[in-house]
Parts: sequence; C-alpha cells; structure tokens
Amino acid sequence: MSLLRFLTEHRAEFFHLLLQHIVLVGASTLAAIAIGVPTGVLAARRPRLGAPIVWLANVVQTIPSLAMFGFLLPLPLVGGLGARVAIVVLILYALLPIVRTTVAGVRGVDRALVEAGTALGMTPRQLLWQVELPLALPSIVAGIRVAAVIGVGTATIAAAVGAGGLGEYIFRGLSMVEPTVILAGAVPAALLALLVDGGLLLGERALRRGSRGPRVAAMTALVVVAGTAGLTWARAGSSSDAIRIGSKNFTEQIILGEVVAQQVERTTGLRVERRLNLGGTFICDRALRSGDIDVYIEYTGTADTAVFKNPVETDPARVLARLRQDYAAAGVTLLPPLGFENTFAILVRGDDARRLGLRSIGDAAPHAPNWQAGFGYEFLQRADGYPGLKDRYGLKFAAVRAMDLSLIYRALADRQVDVIAGDATSGLIATYDLFMLQDTAHYFPPYDAVPVARSATLLRHPEVRQALESLAGRITIDDMRRLNQAVDAGRRDPAAVAGEFLTQLEQRRPTKG
Amino acid sequence: MRTGCDTVALVSDASAAQPAIAIRDVHVSRGAAGQVLRGLSLEIAAGETVALVGRSGAGKSTALKLINGLIVPDRGDVVIDGRTTRDWNPFDLRRRIGYVLQEIGLFPHMTVADNVAVVPRLLGWEPSRVEARVTEMLRLVGLAPETYARRASTELSGGQRQRVGVARALAADPPILLMDEPFGALDPVTRAELHREFRRIQSEVRKTVVIVTHDMAEAFALATRVGVLDAGTIAQIDAPRTLARSSDPRVRPLLEPLFEAGALLS
Repeated sequence: MSLLRFLTEHRAEFFHLLLQHIVLVGASTLAAIAIGVPTGVLAARRPRLGAPIVWLANVVQTIPSLAMFGFLLPLPLVGGLGARVAIVVLILYALLPIVRTTVAGVRGVDRALVEAGTALGMTPRQLLWQVELPLALPSIVAGIRVAAVIGVGTATIAAAVGAGGLGEYIFRGLSMVEPTVILAGAVPAALLALLVDGGLLLGERALRRGSRGPRVAAMTALVVVAGTAGLTWARAGSSSDAIRIGSKNFTEQIILGEVVAQQVERTTGLRVERRLNLGGTFICDRALRSGDIDVYIEYTGTADTAVFKNPVETDPARVLARLRQDYAAAGVTLLPPLGFENTFAILVRGDDARRLGLRSIGDAAPHAPNWQAGFGYEFLQRADGYPGLKDRYGLKFAAVRAMDLSLIYRALADRQVDVIAGDATSGLIATYDLFMLQDTAHYFPPYDAVPVARSATLLRHPEVRQALESLAGRITIDDMRRLNQAVDAGRRDPAAVAGEFLTQLEQRRPTKG
Repeated sequence: MRTGCDTVALVSDASAAQPAIAIRDVHVSRGAAGQVLRGLSLEIAAGETVALVGRSGAGKSTALKLINGLIVPDRGDVVIDGRTTRDWNPFDLRRRIGYVLQEIGLFPHMTVADNVAVVPRLLGWEPSRVEARVTEMLRLVGLAPETYARRASTELSGGQRQRVGVARALAADPPILLMDEPFGALDPVTRAELHREFRRIQSEVRKTVVIVTHDMAEAFALATRVGVLDAGTIAQIDAPRTLARSSDPRVRPLLEPLFEAGALLS
C-alpha cells in the first residue's frame, strides 16, 4: 500500500497532473472530433476521396508516439515544448478511429431511409443532418470512445515533452527505478481509461436507445472541457516572463535541473518554471534553441559529437573552445563547467569483474563473444558511442540489445544482459555492486557537465548568468554520485535533495553576491 | 374536415385543361438492369386514384420514381402541373408530392410526431402550425395523438407504422400522393382494414394518387383505374370492371388469383 501512501503524500501534485492529463485528452479528442467527423462524412460520400484519407490516417497511426514528438518539435506553430505539441500528437492518433467509425456509420445507414428522406424532398445537407448523422451517431460515439481511451494511454508519453500529465510519474519512476512512482502514474491512468470507456459506453447505449438526456450531458461535458482546454492553451502561450529550466530524462539531470532552478530562485528572485524530464539530448537542444527553455545542463562530449556532429576530440580544453563557438553561433552561451565529468561507463557486474579479474574495457574483449550487451538508443547511434567503441577495443558481443536507459542497470543486475553502457555518476553503480571498466585507450571524449543558456535570456537577466557561474567547479563527481544515490536508492525527492545540497554548498564556502 | 380542400380546388381548376401527371413516351435504362421503361405513356387526372400493377421488374417502381424526379427519363417527358421534371427544382417538386414507402420508410431515430412533421419542417412552417398539423394528421389516420405522438416509431405495429407513413405523406398537404407497395408487408386482416381507411381518407382529401402494387386485389379495392405494366410499357389501363374482362395475354395471368378465390367461394 505504498502506492496509496505516495498518492496521499503527493495529493496536490497528483490532482494537478491528473487535471493536466484530462485536459490533454479532452482537448485533443474534441479537436479530433471537429476534424475527424467532417472528414469521415466527406470520405463516406466520396469514396474516391475517402480511400486515401483513411489510408493516411492509418499511416499516421503506425508512427511510434515518441518518434511523432520528435518530428513535430522543430515545426513552427504546432511545435515546441509543452501542452501544444502533445495535443497535436494526440489529435493525430485520435483521428483514425473517429474517421473510420464515421465512415462506417454514415455508410451503414439503411439505403431505404436515405431514399425515403430524398423522396420527402430533403436536400443532401438536410439528409445529412436529419437522417444520416443521427443514425450514424452511435457508431461515431463508439469511435470517440476508442480515441479517448487511446488518448489516455498516449498522453502518458506527453510528459517526455514537458506537457505534464500522469506520465510524469511513470517517467520519474522509471528513471528512479521506483515501482511505486511508476504505479502512481500507471494505475490512475488505467483507471481513467476505464472510466472514460465506461462513461462513453453508457452514452453510446443511450444513443442507440434514442433517449435525449445524454445528448444534453455530452454537450455540457464538451463545453466544460473545451473551456478548460482553451484556458490552458492561453496560459501555455503567455508564460514568457519566467526563467524556464529544462533537463533530460534521467535522475542526475533532474537533480541538476532542480539545483539550477533553486539556485536561480535563491539568488535572483526571478520566477522559475521547471520543464524537467524532457525526452533526451535532441529534445532539450531543440527546446533551448527554439526558446521553450532558457537553461539546461549539457555534457561537453555529448554536445560536441551528438549535437554539433564534430569529429571526436579527446582534449577537454579544445572541446570546450570549439563548443563555445558552435553554441554562440546558435545564440546559446556555454557557461563554466560544474566540476564533475559524467563519462560513459562500460559496466559489468562486480562478481564477474572479480571472478574474471577485469580492470579495463580491453580486458573484456576476450569474453565479449559470450556476453549480451544492453545499450541505450542514443549510445547505439552516436559517433562517440557503440560503433567506435567496438572498433577501438575489438569487441564482438553475442548480441546487442537496445534498451531504455532507465531499465539498463537493473537489467544488468538481473543478468538479462552482461555488459551495459551507463553513466559514471550513477548512484546505482554502488547500489547494484557494478564495476566500471577503465577506458584505457581514451576512446570516450570528455563529458564535463556545463550549463548552456540562451544568450538572449542572459542579456536580459545578467543575474541568471551570475547564478549559473556561482555553481562553476562546485559539484564533484563524489557529490554527484551521492546525490544520484540519494534519489535512486534512497528514494528521496530530487527537489529536496537538490535543496539540501545547495544549503551545504553555502556552508562550505559562502557564495559571493 | 378542412384538410387539403384549398389545394384540391386549385388543382382541379388547372387540370380542366391538363392532367395532373403526364408521362409521355418515356424511355429509361438503368445500368445492369438494361432498358426498364420503353415508351411508357400515361395521363392521370387530378383527384384520380391509379394503381400500377405488374410482375417484378415490369418497371412499376421506376414509373413512380419518374413522377417525383428521383429518376429523370433518358427520352420523353414527365410533366407535373404543366412543367417537366427536368424544369422543376427537385426538392420543391418532392415536397409537393407525398410518398408512402413500405414500412421501413419511417425514421427510427424520430418519434411518430417528428416523422409526420418532416416535410412541414422542410417547408419552414411555424412550430405551432406544425404541431397542429401533426395532431390533425394523426387523427385523420386513426391514431390518437395523445397516445402515439411521443412514441418512438420502432414501438409501433406494422399497421400503425403504415398509418404513420400515410400521415407523413399527407402532412404538407401535397396535391399528389405516391404509394410504393404500401400495404405489402401487412397481414390480410390489417391490410383490409387499411384499405377501408384509405378509401375513407381519400374521400376526404381527394388527392391525385398513384399506387404501385403486385396485388391485383389491392389494385381493384383502391383504384379508380388500374394500369398493367409489362416489359416497360402499359399493356392496358382501364376501370377495374373493364380490366377484369380483358383477354390480353399480358393481363390475364395477373387476374387468375382473383378468379380462383372467387371460384372457391361460389
């Protein structure tokens, strides 16, 4: 019953996320109805036009939702972080069931009734409104039901682009490897889906019986959700005065996001908006450049190779200089490093390392053919990731599995895989008794943690620059491991951990104003 | 009853010179069915009840659809009130022509009252006028408005539904009434009862009526003239008495069932 305890402790946040979730699904389903029903009617009337429309809706449905967010983020108007892009994605997914059932509903109307309406002197438009649509309505509502239920599920992914909703708990729980937090998002989402399904099913049944009560109720519900959605939309567009802090979607990033956010709050008094737990490097970078966030913490090696596609460079000073130029060209300022380096860590189980006497990545090469490797999607793609590593050390694994970063440590501990690429600062290294193999061949470039900020924001608010510079060189790798472990293994709240750390920093050496 | 009297007077004045419905040498072919009508000609005077009888595929329903412009002839003309169906706005034309279909023609998502009110509402009548008219029509077809008006059309028996169908067709007081196999799906007792009702109603409203049926007994019971359709043209059209004595080989087979019943009775 730790789930109930968690929900009671976090009930304000929970209801906020639940409301966000409902608004996301409600607004997107409404918009999908407004687009899908007329499209379906058109498709039913003109089969030649209808076939490609239904085909297109089918294709959209096959795009994985995270990929869809990736496509849409850089687009003007619909793109950017937050509720807007999430609603657009949810609309696209809701369209297919609605278009399909509208087509089926309109086509399924008894031809004799259509003929009767025509014979009574109805124009095509009157026939549509008075005969075809009312008779197709139960079928259309069935489609809306499917769309809304899919929406409740898909909306959990919206947290990856900072749109909030119950997915926040799921992503947070995954990165903390904390089942209770995952369930705090997943169980209410599932219940919400059942509730929506049941409610709309009742409405659909009432419509098939032909009673009028539910129509009034449905109209009221539509108006309420539309109003709330409108307000949310308006608010989403107008919050440009706050400093927006972003982070990627793993524990260390969320803690660092909190550290930066709280440091700005403590030293500047500016309003801070947290857009933590965003999808990954690419989403953060795009969000920074498009102005959806003002600051996030990047790693030099990641920025150099993954963002700017520069050839691999292992000298930290040269990397830093090159990045400063590249970022400046993009309107972004690279601030002084925080003091620790989070390089890729090639990790094996501690008992394997001791049994086989492994010290370096090179030592592992003879065992690789008997091992399964588990790597994150990004590591598999990046120039400074797996492809180069394999060549440098002559590694040939029995199998390479692509896994989500948040599951990878547990997969190694549970013996599902035998070697992983993780973070050198991970608190789970100690928790699971993992061993980090040394990169003796200096394959990995430097991964110094650095704040990157929009230059325009720093010009407008020089106090933000001061706040970020006050953190320069203040966080050691031991600090970072300790903070990560407090959250990952100690189940502590990242915000609280970050707050305590900042207080400690002030005591260690008072910051200069 | 005041029902439709004004219209009837107007139409009879005009029809002194011209028939209410004139079908002139009409040819129709319909896709796979091929030539459905070949040189059909037929004149129907205002206030007449004409039944069109024939085997399946003789072109009866096609003839009916010509009159309200659901089908436009390939060749020849269909003239309603002095204008060909090509010249009429099809929606105006259909709102002036009542249409009774087999029982499936009622809209299942509407109440009885809403079904009857369809055409008056299409014509943009005031709500109070529509309501009064619905009450009047339900009384005319023998359904107590207070009992039936709010019912769903799906809750009615076959005979009751057919009465609603007639009420709906007459609601906007059209000068012409078309009936496509109107009583085909009913049991014989209900059918005979509705035949009596039809004659009573017709004596009150005096519409120009065209009925399509495959049942010669029904045609004889309702019509002032009966036309036999065969292979897309009129084989013979006459008053029931005259037609009963026909020696035409296209007409005789349709009369046989009547004679058999008569022989058994006598």
